[in-house]
Amino acid sequence: MSARLPKGGRFLNRSQPIEFSFNGKQLQGFEGDTLASALMANGQQLVGRSFKYHRPRGVVASGAEEPNALVNLGTGRRLEPNQRATTTELFEGLEATSQNHWPSLEFDVGAINARLSRFLPAGFYYKMFMWPRAFWKHVYEPFIRQSAGLGKAPNARDADTYEHFNITVDVLVIGGGIAGLEAARVAGSSGAQVLLIEQTAQWGGRANVDATLIDGADEEHWIEATVDALEDMDNVRLRTRVMGAGVYDHGYVLAYERLCDHDPQDGLPRHRLWKIRARQIVTATGAIERPLSFAGNDLPGVLLASAQRDYLINYGVSAGDRTVIVTNNDDAYRTALMLHNLGLEVKAVIDARAEANGPLPVAAREAGIRVETGKAIAKVKGVARVEGVAICAQVGEGAVLDEIACDVVAMSGGWSPVVHLWSHCGGKLVWDDAQAHFRPDPGKAPIGADGHAFVHTTGAASGLLKSDEILQNAHDAGADAAKAAGHKPKRGKAPTAASPDEAPIEPVWMMPQGAGHELRSKMWLDFQNDVKVSDVQLAAQEGFESVEHTKRYTTLGMATDQGKLSNINGLAILSKSLGADIPAVGTTTFRPPYTPISMGAIAGEARGKLFQPLRRTPMHDWHEANGAHWEPVGHWRRPYAFPRGSETVEQAVQREVKNTREAVGLLDASTLGKILVKGPDAGAFLDLLYTNMVSTLPLGRCRYGLMCSENGFLIDDGVIVRLSEDSWLCHTTTGGADRIHGHMEEWLQTEWWDMQVHTANLTEQYAQIAVVGPDARNVLEALGGDIDLDAETLPFMHWTEGRIGDFDARVFRISFSGELSYEVAVPASQGLAFWNALLKAGEVFGVMPYGTEALHIMRAEKGFIMIGDETDGTVIPQDLGLHWAISKKKADFLSKRAQERDHMTDPDRWQLVGLETVDGSVLPDGAYALAEGRNENGQRNTQGRVTSTYHSPTLGRGIAMGLVLHGPERMGEVLKFTNIGGAPIEARIVSPVFYDPEGKKQNV
Amino acid sequence: MLILHCPYCGVDADETELAPGGEAHLKRFGPGSSDAEFEAYLFQRENPKGVHFERWRHANGCGKWFHAARCTTTNEVFGTYSAQVTEPPRDIHDKITGKRPGWLSRWLS
Repeated sequence: MSARLPKGGRFLNRSQPIEFSFNGKQLQGFEGDTLASALMANGQQLVGRSFKYHRPRGVVASGAEEPNALVNLGTGRRLEPNQRATTTELFEGLEATSQNHWPSLEFDVGAINARLSRFLPAGFYYKMFMWPRAFWKHVYEPFIRQSAGLGKAPNARDADTYEHFNITVDVLVIGGGIAGLEAARVAGSSGAQVLLIEQTAQWGGRANVDATLIDGADEEHWIEATVDALEDMDNVRLRTRVMGAGVYDHGYVLAYERLCDHDPQDGLPRHRLWKIRARQIVTATGAIERPLSFAGNDLPGVLLASAQRDYLINYGVSAGDRTVIVTNNDDAYRTALMLHNLGLEVKAVIDARAEANGPLPVAAREAGIRVETGKAIAKVKGVARVEGVAICAQVGEGAVLDEIACDVVAMSGGWSPVVHLWSHCGGKLVWDDAQAHFRPDPGKAPIGADGHAFVHTTGAASGLLKSDEILQNAHDAGADAAKAAGHKPKRGKAPTAASPDEAPIEPVWMMPQGAGHELRSKMWLDFQNDVKVSDVQLAAQEGFESVEHTKRYTTLGMATDQGKLSNINGLAILSKSLGADIPAVGTTTFRPPYTPISMGAIAGEARGKLFQPLRRTPMHDWHEANGAHWEPVGHWRRPYAFPRGSETVEQAVQREVKNTREAVGLLDASTLGKILVKGPDAGAFLDLLYTNMVSTLPLGRCRYGLMCSENGFLIDDGVIVRLSEDSWLCHTTTGGADRIHGHMEEWLQTEWWDMQVHTANLTEQYAQIAVVGPDARNVLEALGGDIDLDAETLPFMHWTEGRIGDFDARVFRISFSGELSYEVAVPASQGLAFWNALLKAGEVFGVMPYGTEALHIMRAEKGFIMIGDETDGTVIPQDLGLHWAISKKKADFLSKRAQERDHMTDPDRWQLVGLETVDGSVLPDGAYALAEGRNENGQRNTQGRVTSTYHSPTLGRGIAMGLVLHGPERMGEVLKFTNIGGAPIEARIVSPVFYDPEGKKQNV
Repeated sequence: MLILHCPYCGVDADETELAPGGEAHLKRFGPGSSDAEFEAYLFQRENPKGVHFERWRHANGCGKWFHAARCTTTNEVFGTYSAQVTEPPRDIHDKITGKRPGWLSRWLS
């Protein structure tokens, strides 16, 4: 049983006990513990269940690579699932619960899956959930939903805040082990701006655990002195608890700082996302030990040999009393010696190699430790935890030679450099045969904007495993990075270190090498997702030759550790099954982030009101105060309607239409785009942009214009105003203002750059109010001023400027409703005052504000198209009966050539018509007109579709617009329209102009 | 996350400030062009593995369009230059051939 040792634990403050709970049980740890070390100290070895088979799981690692010890952390607004116990620092009151079991961790019904495991092989989901088809909805999908996902999703709003932080540095060093410290020290000596980040709370990495003499003294002295020296340099920043998450093009790096995960509190951001621009990057991210593949290697009590050392030295925790060590290298003997020196029993070292005669094995033998070479573990004995191991010959098939009782198996399959950050942005890897791992290929580093490498790698991350080599290499890497960043480093002597010689590792991908299926189906590769040696072999057999395909088919490396622990083991098994070399099979793609980062950190401050900017018209607050029912339009909010008293929104809309048609209404039209186009060539330029003629528009006049893209489709419409000899004001749709301004600038800057034209988007400079209805003129005249508003002086489609009441105003006689209408623009700062003045002056005429829905209904009653309703990116003006707005005189304009293409001139294109239901009801939006027969997919053929549909209060019936095959030639014909969940609805083809077809009302 | 130098305002702009605009130096075909010419102008684009000329707009900056010569495999940037040219200027050509001997330009044959 795992337990706390009476003394030891570098990170611990034993005078500071900490209370925490696991699955409701109150436990005690010390300041400096991780949740994993504290659980082990309390004898809690069972920490979770695996995903597929619900196998019991214990702690296997001591860092970010941990696949098993994932917990739900916290409660309520601070609940977060899938937190790794090995990287969760203990704090007072921490509450954790284990995941993926029911009803309890100890007794889990889902564990039945393990018994069925022979029926749940690789690709089970793909094979099983296919047939019969009818099972999908009621059997398979509910089953998959039930078992999907690890942990509990929080359902309360996050209590914490998060932030983003931008910084530019010359040299970024990622990793605070001895390599990172030395690289940062040398880079810092050049005066370069250096940032050194370390994902854990401590400096020094593994050096502290694997005692090394640096410059003749304990490593701790050197680490402390170096950190002190770095802190004294003004040009160097050091941060712990910051993980290098991803390296991107041109030296962009995301890093993830956990500010108060170890001390949850209000008032501080919980996480901070660092957005770093680094001229040069040094990755000193260390290496991760690999497990070995033997039967039963997933039982609680089996852990990495290096992790066992970490728990002993850093946390004063022993994983158990009697350890068997299994290895293919010399490094694992460090664990044996450490256990021995601490007075813990090492039952045996099982070494797969034929010989083990390096200094470390020799020391182990001298200490009286049993060393068995050429041997392997045939099987771990035990059901819920390790009870012993059966020993066999590595070269054999698993015939048991001996059994050893033990409660811990410490395994070491060699070290894999953490190459993730090197690889994110294109750094290539080489297979190192001698050390049996992939390491960065320094000749194929990620390339920066200048064509030179911008990432250097050093330390164990570069494949170096000996301290003296690491320090020398780190010294050089720090100097190289500073130099490449344009600084002059002081190259001195690298610190020296003494580390014992190690005999070569011998790659062992399966134990024993001739294991039969029975044993192979109990050798775990991916501990969390239950992928075993037999699964990868099956995948290879079934033809999954690409490592990327095998990954998806078996889920190897798709768990939350993303294959950090044992992907290489899986790749090796795959390559062996395929009879290919490991480098030929290659690795899966390394993608950011290195370890998961919180959604909160990604969002940063962009939540709630800051999630998206809200654009507000000058009258926004008035609308808000007067009960506006809002509609989002682009980044704006526009009033959809203004319900009064107990009115529903629908009733309000009907009232607003009626009142506008019969008396007078006010519309806040400020959101419409207003782009000023000015210059000697402005007219010629606009002639190229609009389909109709613009340059001939007389002074004082307005004209409706259409804009199409170069490939012919309608993109925007609006009223163009001739302001002066050389300037035009182009109105655009609300959503189109920025887009159309960009469109103008693009053509102006990149195609017609010799034209003397200037554009300015003035949308927010003006408040614009439409005064609409038979009394519109009366209301404006009641305000007084110096503008003659009568029909003779200011006819329809004319404009003028002057004063209305106390306001400087431009008045456009344009109408989108078919009524007498004046759109009045005043400076934005005067918008609200003008709105209030109009309401007051209009009171006697029964003035009411109206919203966007009333606007839509009134324009549909008049048959006016709406961009985004009648158009969808595939519609051309000719489809909408707008031939009159396409110039035949102009030699060229955007879309002219495109509209000559045969598809555009096809007489079978659907054309705009009005639609009137036979029974007066409202057609469903987007409904299709049915045609005879079915297409090759068995779907009903169609001959048209509804683009706009409303209940018209003016006509007291449903009206619609739609695009119909040969529509304008089929007036009076009745079509059937789809109606989901009901019988088709009949509607008659009519003119799209339902109201005042002669246009008398707007022209008075 | 590229950094491109905006030749108009002089800023080394982060990609978040920029909007991509596709292949540079397209020749516009308007009324009077053949179907094949028009199709090529509208739809057919270079997609080289290596040196590429592209349009960018400093959209969240000065708002100006410019051109960039960039290697699509390494993201090496050979230079940025005015949008008001119909082909890459001489100095950009020289920079590319200096770094990629043997590179053949469409415009210099």
